[in-house]
Amino acid sequence: MGMTVSQKILAAHAGREKVEAGELINCKLDVVLGNDITAPPAISEFKRLGLKQVFDRDRVVLVPDHFTPNKDIKAAEQAKILRNFARQYDINNYFEVGQMGIEHCLLPEQGLVLPGDLIIGADSHTCTYGALGAFATGVGSTDMAAGMATGEGWFKVPETIKFVYYGALPRWVSGKDLILHTIGDVGVDGARYMSMEFTGEAISALSMDGRFTMANMAIEAGGKNGIFEVDDKTIEYVQGRAKRPYRIFTSDPDAPYAQIREYDVSKLEPVVAFPHLPENTKPVSEAADVSIDQVVIGSCTNGRMEDLQAAARLLKGRKVHPELRVIIFPGTRQIYLDALRQGLIEIFVEAGAVVSTPTCGPCLGGHMGILAKGERALATTNRNFVGRMGHPESEVYLSSPAVAAASAIKGRITPPWEID
Amino acid sequence: MKLKGKVHKFGKDIDTDAIIPARYLNTFDPQELARHCMEDADPEFPNKVQAGDIIVADKNFGCGSSREHAPIAIQGARVACVIAKSFARIFYRNAINTGLPILECPEAVDAIEAGDEVEVDLESGTITNLRTGQMYQAAPFPDFMQGIMAQGGLMNYLKEKLSSQGN
Repeated sequence: MGMTVSQKILAAHAGREKVEAGELINCKLDVVLGNDITAPPAISEFKRLGLKQVFDRDRVVLVPDHFTPNKDIKAAEQAKILRNFARQYDINNYFEVGQMGIEHCLLPEQGLVLPGDLIIGADSHTCTYGALGAFATGVGSTDMAAGMATGEGWFKVPETIKFVYYGALPRWVSGKDLILHTIGDVGVDGARYMSMEFTGEAISALSMDGRFTMANMAIEAGGKNGIFEVDDKTIEYVQGRAKRPYRIFTSDPDAPYAQIREYDVSKLEPVVAFPHLPENTKPVSEAADVSIDQVVIGSCTNGRMEDLQAAARLLKGRKVHPELRVIIFPGTRQIYLDALRQGLIEIFVEAGAVVSTPTCGPCLGGHMGILAKGERALATTNRNFVGRMGHPESEVYLSSPAVAAASAIKGRITPPWEID
Repeated sequence: MKLKGKVHKFGKDIDTDAIIPARYLNTFDPQELARHCMEDADPEFPNKVQAGDIIVADKNFGCGSSREHAPIAIQGARVACVIAKSFARIFYRNAINTGLPILECPEAVDAIEAGDEVEVDLESGTITNLRTGQMYQAAPFPDFMQGIMAQGGLMNYLKEKLSSQGN
């Protein structure tokens, strides 16, 4: 019996020939990540150990992205803990406001995470890097502290569900729609503790940005990680970014799978997740006519160039509905610059949207677009839990950037084909 | 170690935003977090929870974010342990790493009602409903995790390990 790609990466980092699902193993880590919310408790725990240095100052990454630019005094104090720690311990990959981006857009862009890596991040959407063929998983602050101290972490080897997508992607159907459809199918704990392996001809046809979106939301099905095969698109993305060697792992033909699920994507249309769980999905044509107060386009899920381009194509020369606010968050400084140079920012501002500096902001109800009681948002973010974007009696619907942009124009959830 | 407490019951898929909403994550002080613990699932919870009480919940407790503030808020509210049909992966890890006792036991969750008095034996994993007298057996933890819990969390475990290596 062979191994899945996830098992191979874990085995390689445990110094083992072979591992099996269910085994508890200790692994060497390539990257340990934290942000302005999760790193302060980790730093506090790390300091209890009395160590003079982190395991590798090139492989600890600190990104103040959640409540920055600092939303209030307490948030400023937390960001300061990060900054001071980075200075004291000479952390090379600390990204100050002005240089930073939303962590899961930033790390791949900067070439800090690479195929074959084993990465832990004190943020549940760390699974995003699986798009590069890495094993990346979210952990808490204490695991982050232990990782910074030792460069190691303990793992239970997961079983794997293989998701096969065949057929040609219809117009308007994106990576976001594939992953929302998948979560709608398996449920928010359908892949609990498990690896989600995404494959098939529709995945090969998907852009890197689309793959990042899918891997990002593996956690919303309870997954430990989401992972893609490394192909020419991956290599092209990584070339010029990678500053160290990397390894490519692939699943064996006889790898053990707990389940194999197949989807014919040619029959799909864009998907909307209704409150208050990402599994409450409907095709957009069945979601039409839900009126909305705010549209958010961005986040670690959909804040990349392709996402902004999709929104701009629909917003170009049009105006956002007068009874609605539209807030757009490019994922990183580089994406912001690229959008500026390509004229997208002008399109957004002309249309009546606001464009923010990169921040997690409203996605988690932090700042920059909080909802009042009874308000309803359509967002390209990843969670629509109760109170996620503000008041506990507000609502969040999830969609792709194209559906969000179309809806911004109409003031209600709208299929993109009604606009263009 | 035996725990005894009154039950607060919750449904399925209680997410980390319900356990501690992100709007309060500008601190990691356990007492401050406790003031808002479970607030978006039950706004009265922070006022009515008593030291030693027990949370009983359906499947997938703690899904969503990696915020360790979730088990910290529960511990800050002085909840003795959480019994659920299942736990989301990161919450499970965080609870073990920070020393919050958790037990997986679907039968107990189905039978126990809000307000029941329950006794939990953490070593054996037995749960007794003192109202009905019925006993339930939770799934045992692997030895490795029991080791972490016995030390009161991952950092104590690591401190022990580092000092034994002469660091």
